[in-house]
Amino acid sequence: MSEVVVAIALTLVLVAGTAVVMTNDPERQAVTLSVLGIVLTVLFVALQAPDVALSQLGVGAAIVPLMVMLAIRKIRATR
Amino acid sequence: MVLFIIGGGCVAAMLVLVFLDMPAFGGKHHPYRDHAIPAAVQHGTANVVSAVNFDQRGIDTFGEETIMLGSVVGVAVLLRPGEHEHEEEGPATGRVLDSTRLAAYLVLAVTMIVGLDVVLHGAITPGGGFQGGVVLATGAHLLYVGGRYPALRRVTPEPVYEAGEAFGAAAFAGLGLAGIAVGGAFLANLLPNGTFGQLFSAGSVPLLSIAVGIEVACGTVVLLAQFLRQELAIRPNESG
Repeated sequence: MSEVVVAIALTLVLVAGTAVVMTNDPERQAVTLSVLGIVLTVLFVALQAPDVALSQLGVGAAIVPLMVMLAIRKIRATR
Repeated sequence: MVLFIIGGGCVAAMLVLVFLDMPAFGGKHHPYRDHAIPAAVQHGTANVVSAVNFDQRGIDTFGEETIMLGSVVGVAVLLRPGEHEHEEEGPATGRVLDSTRLAAYLVLAVTMIVGLDVVLHGAITPGGGFQGGVVLATGAHLLYVGGRYPALRRVTPEPVYEAGEAFGAAAFAGLGLAGIAVGGAFLANLLPNGTFGQLFSAGSVPLLSIAVGIEVACGTVVLLAQFLRQELAIRPNESG
């Protein structure tokens, strides 16, 4: 049963990673990056690593996409 | 370039030798587990990952949070207003949907409580100082998501949070030095072990968790404040 959950989580990571790469606009890539972070959190919980999952959720799904989006907007505003 | 290839080739060869000698993935032979978990239980720590982070390998956590301190200082230096820029008052409110505003207000209180819980129960439940600190900082920025950037700036004044980050790092180092005085080694476990699974257990692991939580929360708030200020408040000077 746990192998099925891990397999489903890995497939979701694959789909989300492909979605990040296929997004053209960097501002929108920040949003898909956040989705990838959430899906990675699910994978880590399925692999019985809740501490890593909490770190990934905070950093990879909230803080890094926010920094990426703010940096892209600032660069575009000054161009 | 040639030097890099030679060095990289030696490292690759050594890594291959090490990987061939390691236990198989998903097997039953776990030498690290056989040593780490009894050591954690001996100090009364229910969360073995926190025991490894703060008790058995506390020096690694000390290095990591010093890296965080240094990188936040670097970002603050890089993103300060330049010579041809000035800082002005940010916009009063942002344009957000009403549903986003309501969701941000509702989730903010829950997130702050969850963050405090994760930091304080670092020795018992999954998480610890770093995870709880990041949750706390992200919860504070839900004010920005709800469109209230001036309220966020009032709640998180930068000098206070910069001092908080330095205090957290200093508290961690201070507990390490107290470990030398009491236990004979840097970051040795000081306090009595307590009852397994209760709030006051695992010696000095909860204290170290709180110190790291303060440092990471304040550091992340300062870090995001630099980015937000660049986007919302800093404007180039009018030429001429």
